[in-house]
Amino acid sequence: MGEANYPADLKYHREHDWVRLEGDEAVFGITWFAQDALGEVVYFDAPDVGAAVVADDAYAELESVKAVSDVYAPLSGEVTAVNDAVSTSPGLVNSDPYGEGWLVRVRLSDPSQVDGLMDQAAYTQYLEGLS
Amino acid sequence: MTAATGNPLQHEAVVTIYEKSRPGRRAYVAPPADVPERPLDELLPAALRRERPARLPQVSEPEIVRHFVRLSKRNFDLDSGFYPLGSCTMKHNPKLHERAAALPGHSRLHPLQADEHAQGALELMFNLQHALAEVAGLPHVSLQPSAGSHGELAGVLLTRAYHEARGDQREIVLTPNTAHGTNPATVTMAGYRVVNVGTAPDGGVDLDDLRAKISDRVACLMLTNPSTLGLFDSNIAEISRIVHDAGATLYYDGANLNAVMGICRPGDMGFDIVHFNLHKSFTQPHGGGGPGAGPIAVSDRIAPFLPVPVVAKDGDRFRLDHDRPQSIGRLRGFHGNYGVFVRSYAYICSLGAEGIARTARAAVLNANYLKALLARPGIAEHLPVAYDRHCMHEFVLSGAPMKRDLGIRTLDLAKRLLDHGFHPPTVYFPQLVEESLLVEPTETETRETMEAFADAVAEILAEAKADPSVAREAPYTTPVRRLDEAAAARNPVVRQPMD
Repeated sequence: MGEANYPADLKYHREHDWVRLEGDEAVFGITWFAQDALGEVVYFDAPDVGAAVVADDAYAELESVKAVSDVYAPLSGEVTAVNDAVSTSPGLVNSDPYGEGWLVRVRLSDPSQVDGLMDQAAYTQYLEGLS
Repeated sequence: MTAATGNPLQHEAVVTIYEKSRPGRRAYVAPPADVPERPLDELLPAALRRERPARLPQVSEPEIVRHFVRLSKRNFDLDSGFYPLGSCTMKHNPKLHERAAALPGHSRLHPLQADEHAQGALELMFNLQHALAEVAGLPHVSLQPSAGSHGELAGVLLTRAYHEARGDQREIVLTPNTAHGTNPATVTMAGYRVVNVGTAPDGGVDLDDLRAKISDRVACLMLTNPSTLGLFDSNIAEISRIVHDAGATLYYDGANLNAVMGICRPGDMGFDIVHFNLHKSFTQPHGGGGPGAGPIAVSDRIAPFLPVPVVAKDGDRFRLDHDRPQSIGRLRGFHGNYGVFVRSYAYICSLGAEGIARTARAAVLNANYLKALLARPGIAEHLPVAYDRHCMHEFVLSGAPMKRDLGIRTLDLAKRLLDHGFHPPTVYFPQLVEESLLVEPTETETRETMEAFADAVAEILAEAKADPSVAREAPYTTPVRRLDEAAAARNPVVRQPMD
């Protein structure tokens, strides 16, 4: 799991999701803080490719040894790919949350929503406010 | 510590009774029929008969006995050890109740027996209804619901029937964010929308948040008191006023009744509907998935909608009353889990009103004693109590400092407790508290047991300080180690392949 880290090239949502922007698409995952709070992730209930996701709404479930938790979409769009590796090995979310542990790739319907997300500095400050 | 200890038989691979089957083995040979045999065709049409015999396991009697006795030893049970599973009230179940439930008049009664031939059973049910009404402080009882969650569903359906009978359409049910998961699930099943109410810093309902969320669209507030944090909400009268002023009903989840039964009554607090868990507060053995019973008690204004049948008394005769035109209908086949009623009635008769109140006092005293034991140095700095005030029958610890400073999680502590012969407390619930442990010792445990439990917790924490990997890899002494619980829940294998 390693130490807490929040890469500077990502955007962050208050429900502890990250976004990597790649043109008109984006990759979603959950942050180090989220995976640490969940504990060992044991199941990924993924959306279907082609499913619509709506910013601030749940689009998937992650089950840890503690509980089943909703995963919230930081931005709206349509799912173009799902990380099957996480379905097979859910622990990737813990071991590499920003890399192999990515969850879905989404074609964005409203890229301007990015303005509502936090950057690294704002998110780490937000986390300090929570503790 | 890596060596397995305990009974080696516990560690052998488990096979099912079908896999033990060998052709021709049997445990019983039926004697020849002492009545004239009739052709099967006369008794049952060929179209309704199976084409080949049922593939029942063929096993000798000693192998059957060993198989099931060994299985019974592979699980943790209350008859073997301390089981402080918070919110579950794992109290001792007196063995006398089993004798009462096994009496032929109870155990051999047929559910289709005419009322006049089952007067004793109906009287027992009637008296149980009466006793539960007294505990609830609400006059009308249905014994039909067969689990706590079933009682909740009954309660929310009654709420719906009550509002609809007045021509009042409402769509929201409020639940505190500390509620049992069954509360929001029940609300959804009953066709309502869940809205969460926050928790105040003292652990009670956040009154400002409740006032902000109450409206004439709210059908009901579902609450437990004491709450899932093990704290009595002394604002209950005000909560009740807010809810009733908005025309909503107030629902009491009886999960935590063990703390207050015989001392104070939900009906007096302003609740309209109460469900009981006879398998928690009233000694029906549980923990293996049933059978349970979740009777409900309701106020006068809800009574017309109660499920049918209810047991009624005319003069000195008892009968099942189906003639209730506004009833929400039946909730199950026949009359509820009758054996549970016998055990709970035996319990109530054994204790009497004063005994029930003493039971609640002892449950609260035990919880506070154990809380104090766990407040000692060596434990409290790693596992602080989440709300540091007198608790009711249970209390919540937070494993957050333990996770941060010792590198073991609440789950690891729980698994390691199994190696000490204790069933762990409830873990990761309530979710409001980080790395939570919910501890409920119940009234039937001795000081020595609770002291031994506190010693085990201290020992595990000291061990983790030296080497956290021991707890992380635990348990070592159980028949199986860590299980893939997600796969077990999502892809359960419950069929024996036959070929």
